[in-house]
Amino acid sequence: MIDFWHFGVANTARFATATGQHLSLVITAVLLSILLAALITAGIDALQNNRQLKSNGRTPHAAHKLAESVQSSLAALYAVPSLALFALAIPLLGIGTATAIIVLVAYNQFLLVRNFSAGLASVDTGLYEAARSLGCTRLQAFTSVQLPLAAPILIAGVRLATISTIGIATIAALVDAGGLGALIFTGLRTNSLNLLLWATLLTMLLALFANAVLSLCERLFSRTTHGKCDTVNTDFSS
Amino acid sequence: MIHAIISYFDSSSAEYVHALWQHIAIAVAAVTLAIVAGFPLGVLSSRNRVARSIVTGTLSTLRVIPSLALLFLIVVLTGQVGFQVALFALTVLALPPVMINTTVAFSHLPPATVEAAEALGMSSFKIFWQVKLPLAAPVVFAGIKTATTEVIASATLAAFIGGGGLGTLIFTGLGLMRTDLLVIGGASVAALSLASLALLNLCERRLIPWKHLPS
Repeated sequence: MIDFWHFGVANTARFATATGQHLSLVITAVLLSILLAALITAGIDALQNNRQLKSNGRTPHAAHKLAESVQSSLAALYAVPSLALFALAIPLLGIGTATAIIVLVAYNQFLLVRNFSAGLASVDTGLYEAARSLGCTRLQAFTSVQLPLAAPILIAGVRLATISTIGIATIAALVDAGGLGALIFTGLRTNSLNLLLWATLLTMLLALFANAVLSLCERLFSRTTHGKCDTVNTDFSS
Repeated sequence: MIHAIISYFDSSSAEYVHALWQHIAIAVAAVTLAIVAGFPLGVLSSRNRVARSIVTGTLSTLRVIPSLALLFLIVVLTGQVGFQVALFALTVLALPPVMINTTVAFSHLPPATVEAAEALGMSSFKIFWQVKLPLAAPVVFAGIKTATTEVIASATLAAFIGGGGLGTLIFTGLGLMRTDLLVIGGASVAALSLASLALLNLCERRLIPWKHLPS
């Protein structure tokens, strides 16, 4: 036990570098994932709510099918083990941090798109229409009505994706992306229990910390949006 | 690339079949062990409040440990490598999803249905097998599905600790920078994972046909 602490103190710089590397890998991957998932969700949403097709009285059957197949192929991608994805990515993209980030981003799409779609669907379309009829532009109605109301579900998706990315990023050490995974592999090779334990502990702490911070955001958003809704309602009645 | 893949199957198809078989064997063994141990423990812990909170709270926190770290920790702690250690590690990994889902399923049964069965004079043995188990089955099965996906993925990492399987191809490919091995290994693991999921979905529809009925 004392040995364990001594080891940690003696290698502080090494652990700090690895944790920093891990964190920057995860943050880059999660931010890019959110961007891509937002685009995919917008695409799916546009296909499913195609105004022109709806006003023609035609059910957008093909569009629905396409949106569904996008979601099921993302689910299939998510079911593929991460090491297999890394192995398949190396011949195409080579070795390095960029490969790791691309694989992590691909892996996150299922969780994020699922939650983003669910978040948008959870907002009453009546509220969006009301905002539009009050003179909001589409963008304004989206940013000031839909987005804040959907925020708790959107953030829940980001939270799940971040936790899973922190775990999978350890495997990214195999494609030379560094981070805490590199220490875990070194720990096995050199049979160093202390190194393994410290790297594991830091990965866990990172995941628990991300979970705590994002849970807090989730709760904060659900409170503010509920508050706003209440004031809007009383304004209308008076 | 395609030439390299074809020549690999030409020369080492026996080795490939062996790796595939090892992968399937270790995964099936680990999931079976996890069910045999996790299901009764889950049922028991659903009956006790303290045990329930330990299972749903502590075990889900432990799942934050990356599977890679858990696998390697077990190796360094036991000081051994090989099939048995890998099997043990994979079982440990598969246990939480099975146990958590069993506990949750059995502690959220509709009380009215269970009481109706009691009022009709069914023995507690009969109630368990004919009322509780069918009602809990969908959630329990979901846990088994999660465990299977996780075990097949982590069995790839088990190659690193001498557990054999398709991961061997990937690690050899990484070590020698043989992209043909990487593609064969990666594609096989991916296909195996998707196939197992399809198989489990089929089983689910056969075994629990009432899952999709409106409750």
